[in-house]
Amino acid sequence: MRWITNIYRLGVKEIFSLLRDPVLMGLIFYTFTFAIYTVAHGVQTELRNASIAVVDEDRSELSGQITGAFLPPYFKTPSEIDLGAVDPGMDAGRYTFVLDIPPDFEADVLAGRIPEIQLNVDATAMTIAGNGATYISSIVNAELLKFVSRSSGSVVLPVELRVRAKYNPNLDSTWFMAVMQLINNLTILAIILSGAAVIREREHGTLEHLLVMPVTSSEIMLAKIWANGLVIVLAAVLSLQFIVQGLLGIPIVGSIALFTLGSAVYLFAVTAMGITLSTLATTMPQFGLLSIPVFVVMNLLSGGITPLESMPQGLQNTVQVLPSTHFIKFAQAVLYRGAGIEIVWPQLLATTIIGVAFFAFGLARFRATLASAR
Amino acid sequence: MTKPASDMVAALTGVSHRYGETAALEDVSVTIPTGQMVGFIGPDGVGKSTFLGLVAGVRRLQNGKLEVLGGSMSNRQHRDTLCRRIAYMPQGLGRNLYPSLSVIENIDFFGRLYGQSAQERATRITDLLKSTGLEPFMGRPAGKLSGGMKQKLSLCCALIHDPDLLILDEPTTGVDPLSRQQFWQLIDRIRARRTGMSVITATAYMSEAERFEHLIAMNAGRILAIGTPQELMSQAGTDTLEMAFIALLPEEERQNHQTITLPARKVQDGSLAIEADDLTMRFGDFTAVDHVSFRIEPGEIFGFLGSNGCGKTTTMKILTGLLTATEGDAKLFGKPVGTDSLAIRRRVGYMSQSFSLYSELSVRRNLTLHADLFHLPRASRDARVDDLITQFDLSEVADTMPESLPLGVRQRLQLAVAVLHKPELLILDEPTSGVDPIARDAFWALLIKLSRKDGVTIFISTHFMNEAERCDRISLMHAGKVLAQGTPDTLCQQRDAAALEEAFIAFLKEAGAEDNTPNEELDLPTTTGQRTARIGWVSPSRIWAFARRETMEILRDPIRLAFALLGPIVLMLAMGYGITFDVENLSYSTLDQDQSRESRMLLDSISSSRYFDERPPTKDFTELDRRMKAGDISLAIVIPPNYGRDLLAGRIPEIGAWLDGSNTTRAETGRGYLQGALYSHLGDLSMQESGEIPSYYPATVEPRFRYNQAFRSQYAIPPGVLMMLLIMIPAMLTALGVVREKEMGSIVNLYAAPVHKIEFLLGKQLPYIGVAMVSFASLVVLMLTVFGIGMSGSFLALVFGALLFTAAATAFGLLVSTFVRSQIAAIFATAIIVMIPTVNFSGMMYPVSTLEGGARLIGQAFPALYFQQISAGVFNKGLDFAILLPNHLILAGFCILFWAAATLFLRKQES
Repeated sequence: MRWITNIYRLGVKEIFSLLRDPVLMGLIFYTFTFAIYTVAHGVQTELRNASIAVVDEDRSELSGQITGAFLPPYFKTPSEIDLGAVDPGMDAGRYTFVLDIPPDFEADVLAGRIPEIQLNVDATAMTIAGNGATYISSIVNAELLKFVSRSSGSVVLPVELRVRAKYNPNLDSTWFMAVMQLINNLTILAIILSGAAVIREREHGTLEHLLVMPVTSSEIMLAKIWANGLVIVLAAVLSLQFIVQGLLGIPIVGSIALFTLGSAVYLFAVTAMGITLSTLATTMPQFGLLSIPVFVVMNLLSGGITPLESMPQGLQNTVQVLPSTHFIKFAQAVLYRGAGIEIVWPQLLATTIIGVAFFAFGLARFRATLASAR
Repeated sequence: MTKPASDMVAALTGVSHRYGETAALEDVSVTIPTGQMVGFIGPDGVGKSTFLGLVAGVRRLQNGKLEVLGGSMSNRQHRDTLCRRIAYMPQGLGRNLYPSLSVIENIDFFGRLYGQSAQERATRITDLLKSTGLEPFMGRPAGKLSGGMKQKLSLCCALIHDPDLLILDEPTTGVDPLSRQQFWQLIDRIRARRTGMSVITATAYMSEAERFEHLIAMNAGRILAIGTPQELMSQAGTDTLEMAFIALLPEEERQNHQTITLPARKVQDGSLAIEADDLTMRFGDFTAVDHVSFRIEPGEIFGFLGSNGCGKTTTMKILTGLLTATEGDAKLFGKPVGTDSLAIRRRVGYMSQSFSLYSELSVRRNLTLHADLFHLPRASRDARVDDLITQFDLSEVADTMPESLPLGVRQRLQLAVAVLHKPELLILDEPTSGVDPIARDAFWALLIKLSRKDGVTIFISTHFMNEAERCDRISLMHAGKVLAQGTPDTLCQQRDAAALEEAFIAFLKEAGAEDNTPNEELDLPTTTGQRTARIGWVSPSRIWAFARRETMEILRDPIRLAFALLGPIVLMLAMGYGITFDVENLSYSTLDQDQSRESRMLLDSISSSRYFDERPPTKDFTELDRRMKAGDISLAIVIPPNYGRDLLAGRIPEIGAWLDGSNTTRAETGRGYLQGALYSHLGDLSMQESGEIPSYYPATVEPRFRYNQAFRSQYAIPPGVLMMLLIMIPAMLTALGVVREKEMGSIVNLYAAPVHKIEFLLGKQLPYIGVAMVSFASLVVLMLTVFGIGMSGSFLALVFGALLFTAAATAFGLLVSTFVRSQIAAIFATAIIVMIPTVNFSGMMYPVSTLEGGARLIGQAFPALYFQQISAGVFNKGLDFAILLPNHLILAGFCILFWAAATLFLRKQES
């Protein structure tokens, strides 16, 4: 009972401290509104607005027809350029794709000589280079068939492949980016708020003062966890409601309540992790530097941005110790695919276990770091 | 009172100053004579520090007219000139010093700030060290000096530029009597040498004020009385200045005052309150507490006296259980410290030396928080809190945040918190330093009442001799050892001293305490020329002074340096291998409703592709659905019944494929792969049947993947990671630069010294650009060797770009640092503001040409994009300098923009 009231009381204090820093509150607001909106709205991983140029050495009806087939919103209006402008244009990143239609192309097609069109792809644009090349090929092919079928019979494949995307039929990346950005921002915030709050208390001597009172380290840690966790979960759920569903108009099929539960579990794990980090760094500048690798790895390598299964096996195994790996899997299943608790409980369990492990480690070091800091 | 201006150091007319709602000075008009030792006396929070800050020019004048050394302080040019003639020592032990720098490095830094030549600095530093007795300690870090030595060092730093006006804000508060004596002797000798120099000081010790030539007594933002100590005493009709001051106060404040007497103690039964046996505490090779033993009886007031850093605080922390002694035993109430500690902690009240309550909670909230943590019943809690607020005279500030309160008031609050739960034992670490006489007496009256009436045991450390005289017994400590122990009278008798102060000094000298003050004549060089010169243009030597100091601080913190250099390497390895858009091992499952030879052949050809990773087949659509929901598979292939028969009959069967659309990149790529796999399967089929691969299309499209022929993320991603690391880590390195100096107090050197803001900023920035460039070199080596990425473009363009980019990144960090309030906000702002455009809008992950609207603009308004062009251009595209040059120019533009903005946000004066 004492335990609970102490945790409650210290947590209330924590929230007061947070509310007292207007710059920090402003940043939290920014993080869960603009920061999510601009990323979700601005970044597209599907082919959209791709910049393409065409070198038309044929100047025939067919080459004109192909050039005219690249339409918004997938492509920007193709620029017609000379052969000599290809390299500078691609070097400067002006064009991601350059299609080179050779001389006598139409004549060769009609003669059945199966000519070759060269497609230059800027392969440093990893997200769209591959997909874009496939798209462009199929557009060119379709135009070719259209052109040829007028003069001869059409080409038909012996099998038809019908591909459909579940949960996100139009493969609109805004859906994906919005929720992943929300989780990423939540991670950064949770690590920094909880860890820095401990360091600040240590630097200001208030932690020492608490520890001479009938208050235990676990109470202090749990108070920080629930208070910071609550603020962030609240911000995240509001953001999901008003920014993701409202402003961005993304349909959420899953249960928000289940997601909230998962976020709470996740925040327990991440704030415990932040506190653990704060016991490894003794000053604020050290903590700032130590936190960067942690949240960068959590943001970029947990399956949120790039798929986990493509990473080297060793790295895949390593990131299993991060709570974010499990939480992202959980969030994708719940929010996109409407999975229920019967499907996602293993992720919840894994996140909890990781959280408890970090908590135990942080607790073991909590008093020790205080003594050595003198 | 109207003397000619030349006789005046400072003249104030109608000066008022407010902090938010609180008035610190109200319509003050006074003149301060030149060439004298002028002392400000008065309780805390009456405006003494504000007054001194205004005269020193470190605070911005709000209202009224202020002339210092013959010019108006509202005039910036005059202020700039004055920097060279004024020296300012802020309140707090060594607050303007840099703790990781040694004694000599600290003084040297100040010398450099004032543009002194190496030779001039060397002579001055030697003289100052000799005359202050700091010479033997010149290599010791300032943070490890005792309080007295810190103040002497601070004084050296103030005197390095030979000021005409020396402003000292409570220089001896919290310093032991011997050091205090030495400090004032030093000031006297300096004044004897430099007769023209004026000294303005504030002090809490009335005994010190008695030796000043001119006193200004202040109360509640107004001036009470002006005159020599004798004049004040005769005006009040008292013998001592302490009494005179009390007599000068308004009636309502005076009535609270009572003379303190210590009634005899009734010896109580029961176990000892504190027993310490041979306590020893070592930190590394430093022995802070050296075999200290004492016993304190219940209800006794036991005083701990000693110079700052002699081990008093450490001993107290051992008793509270915060530290565990290396050797020896400590018992509280007969039980060893550490056993059943929660129960014991409830019986003990502790007050630490520095303010350790929440500065962001109001006075009342701090009290209620502690009341709740001690589980006072709710009904009595509020009454108790109200009681304490009245008792400790906190009612006026009950709803104010402690951060805006003067030291003395904050100490009162700490005391209130310590006694809140009515503990049986109070451990008080210098509870009255910085508290004015009336409040101190009131506090002692309370302590005596607690001890004599309630039987509370009090273990207290103090610097004030008159407080030590009120203890039942005292213990004199020095350098970790107890010099003497007993009643104050016994100790005086032992050394034949009339007063305790004398006895203590005798004991200290006997123990060989730092009496290094030489008797030889002080020989301070005086500055020649340059005294009235303006600051002038931006000076490389001042930038260097800041940069040199910052570099030393970086080198003294190897952990931070290691994080800054190793963190990027670890991240490069993880990111370079980990971030990949190459879709491989796409997990899929099949639902084969046909089970014919043809369907198996199709599925076999898919499973043989390295892009796909086959999971156990599915039996029905429900299972398929469930597995996809759980994220077990991201592709499902459904072969319809009669697939084989239809295919052979040319009826064009339809194969269904479901992709998990929740990861769009993966889904898009998966679709392409599946199509490719199907075509190749169909080609194989027709090869078997007719011996040739049919051409389905009248022309072919041949993709040529440029810059990254293998089309592997492993080559495309590291240049982007390099960009990300070169902005995130350097920005984080500088983001705490300014806000931390504000929290630690050393920012005052910027306010007081004749420097430009841009010099301070550039100086802080340069070392971190250096660190970032070292990191850059290590990352490039890693990319060339471990990742095997060829560098086909201009190396010079990359290096030059990195230099400009890290300069922009560190400048951005400083900019963040100038507008945030707390270190937490600085870290968070840097992380979030930098991370989002860097990862998303710079071209590192997603091509810039596809960005839309706000994202595009934000990307273009941030330096990351331009270095990404350089990095990818040099590593992947093989571009030369000329093509990349526009990016360099834009990066240079960002540096200038960030410097300008940071200079604008940074204040050269406190408000």
